[in-house]
Amino acid sequence: MSTPLIEVKNLSKFFVTARTMLGRPRATVKAVEDVSFTVEAGETLGLVGETGCGKSTVARTLVGLYKPTAGEVLFRGKDVHAAFSGPEGNQYRRRIQMIFQDPYASLNPRMTVGDIVGEPLDIHGLAAGNERRERIMHLLGQVGLSPEHASRFPHEFSGGQRQRVGIARALAAGPEFLVCDEPISALDVSIQAQVVNLLQDLQTEYGLTYLFVAHDLSMIKHISRRVAVMYLGTLAEVAPVDELYANPLHPYTQALLSAIPIPDPLVENGRRRIVLHGDVPSPLNPPPGCKFNTRCPRAFDRCRCEIPRLLAHGDRFVACHLVNG
Amino acid sequence: MAATPDFTPVNTAAAVAGTARPATTYWQDAWRRLKQNRLAMTGLAVIVFIALMAAVGPFFSPYSYSDQVLADANQPPSAQHWFGTDNLGRDLFTRVLYGARISLSIGIVASLINLTIGVVYGGISGYFGGRVDSVMMRLVDILYGIPLLLFVILLMVVLKPGLINIFIALGLVYWLGMARIVRGQVLAIKEQEYVLAARLAGAGSRRIILRHLVPNSMGPIIVTLTLSIPEAIFTEAFLSFIGLGVSAPMASWGVLASESLTGLRSYPFQLLYPALAISITMLAFNFLGDGLRDALDPRMRK
Repeated sequence: MSTPLIEVKNLSKFFVTARTMLGRPRATVKAVEDVSFTVEAGETLGLVGETGCGKSTVARTLVGLYKPTAGEVLFRGKDVHAAFSGPEGNQYRRRIQMIFQDPYASLNPRMTVGDIVGEPLDIHGLAAGNERRERIMHLLGQVGLSPEHASRFPHEFSGGQRQRVGIARALAAGPEFLVCDEPISALDVSIQAQVVNLLQDLQTEYGLTYLFVAHDLSMIKHISRRVAVMYLGTLAEVAPVDELYANPLHPYTQALLSAIPIPDPLVENGRRRIVLHGDVPSPLNPPPGCKFNTRCPRAFDRCRCEIPRLLAHGDRFVACHLVNG
Repeated sequence: MAATPDFTPVNTAAAVAGTARPATTYWQDAWRRLKQNRLAMTGLAVIVFIALMAAVGPFFSPYSYSDQVLADANQPPSAQHWFGTDNLGRDLFTRVLYGARISLSIGIVASLINLTIGVVYGGISGYFGGRVDSVMMRLVDILYGIPLLLFVILLMVVLKPGLINIFIALGLVYWLGMARIVRGQVLAIKEQEYVLAARLAGAGSRRIILRHLVPNSMGPIIVTLTLSIPEAIFTEAFLSFIGLGVSAPMASWGVLASESLTGLRSYPFQLLYPALAISITMLAFNFLGDGLRDALDPRMRK
């Protein structure tokens, strides 16, 4: 394979939640710890995990909203955070865009939809005057909105329409890589499918690459080529979607997938769920060794003292002592 | 079967063009809501009326605010002197009109100074956050601990009474509340996803502040501004009352109230009119401020 579009190397992001009087960190949340993966050009990588496992932190660090505590994010082999502040910063910045989770918070309520979509055009000087107008109309058409929507304000739209505006804004910058941070979890189920189909159509048309963050396992299966599973700030498993769903290797992935209901009562009756006990440990004070050892049904002594590394097994990666041996 | 079909597909473009209501901006919406609030509109009407009277009223008055006519001293209200005269024979109605000029301009100018200092100070504190924010806000906390009126009185003693100095003293002291409001707004808004989206699109600090932070924090700022005007008017009236306000023969409402005290038993009307003017103006601004708060609050929005 050629060089991947995005390469994440040993990425960590810690947040200091409390400081002593002298400003030294007293409590640190290890939101993301030592995460590495790649995204190939043109593919969709799904990122799943429970609430609070660090998915959104990975997404926001990837697009440059957060500065990583350690590690780096490479875009076409160049460090993103260095490139953003460099002389051609904006040229890199506009190649990586993001679609946000909450369509009610991600649009400025005081700007018209046309101005919201046009903002990246203004900032990067991509179009002005009549050309700007036409670009905005074209972008609105691309996401299934009509030209007269341009003069309206966000509060006049439904959640699904607002999310389309957010997609049009992301497209306006001319991105190659789109990070979708749970773009559908705030929408009605009937609207989710429309938005996902729209994203897929746009991927084909523009040759986009997606990192698709979600906690809906069936949606991830539908849209992704490969899937990365996160638990408590670390990657548990990265695998092509079919292999992962057919034969999960990591015990956490197994438990996660066993929770998907099967839409066939006969099969569903025989489905065996792996029920995890206990709660996700606090990221303020994660367990030593494998982060999953406190809830893993198959944990043994080594899991409690040694952090498993993410190792390759063919085209999939697993971080588990059981599998890695 | 009829030759003409019962149903024809709708020409959507034409249909939408015919039924779509024009897009309403936030301010049009707010104005619509404000118009439905009778108390606020009454307040607004009273303020406009008083401001007009202050601006043009003295030109139509046959009396001067400063010339003494000792023969007409302490006249009760009559057809010649609507509000009566003071102990030096000056027409009280004219003096109340002139007082309105001074009191209103003190209220407005002092509030604008508060607004400027408060927005800049609170904006910097909230936008940069972290240690800058901690230091700046601790300073505000310390200033808050000092009784502000005492502070103003001390300033006035140092600066000597006078119109400009009242602007300065009130402006320098009462910005603390505005700074806190602005900081709170900026802190909340800068983490909103639309600000993150603008940063992702490559927007610089200037653009984020002007296009995103300022327009979205205007509501509470305007409300605070409206409510700080009567506070400034009242503080000035108090200062004038204890002799630290504008100097004679200029007359703010506070000075008029203060002068009336010597003859209060015999001529209570001399206190009544300036006091009424102060009360009505303060009530009007407060009603308008409350109405604006309701009209601008996005949580009321459906």
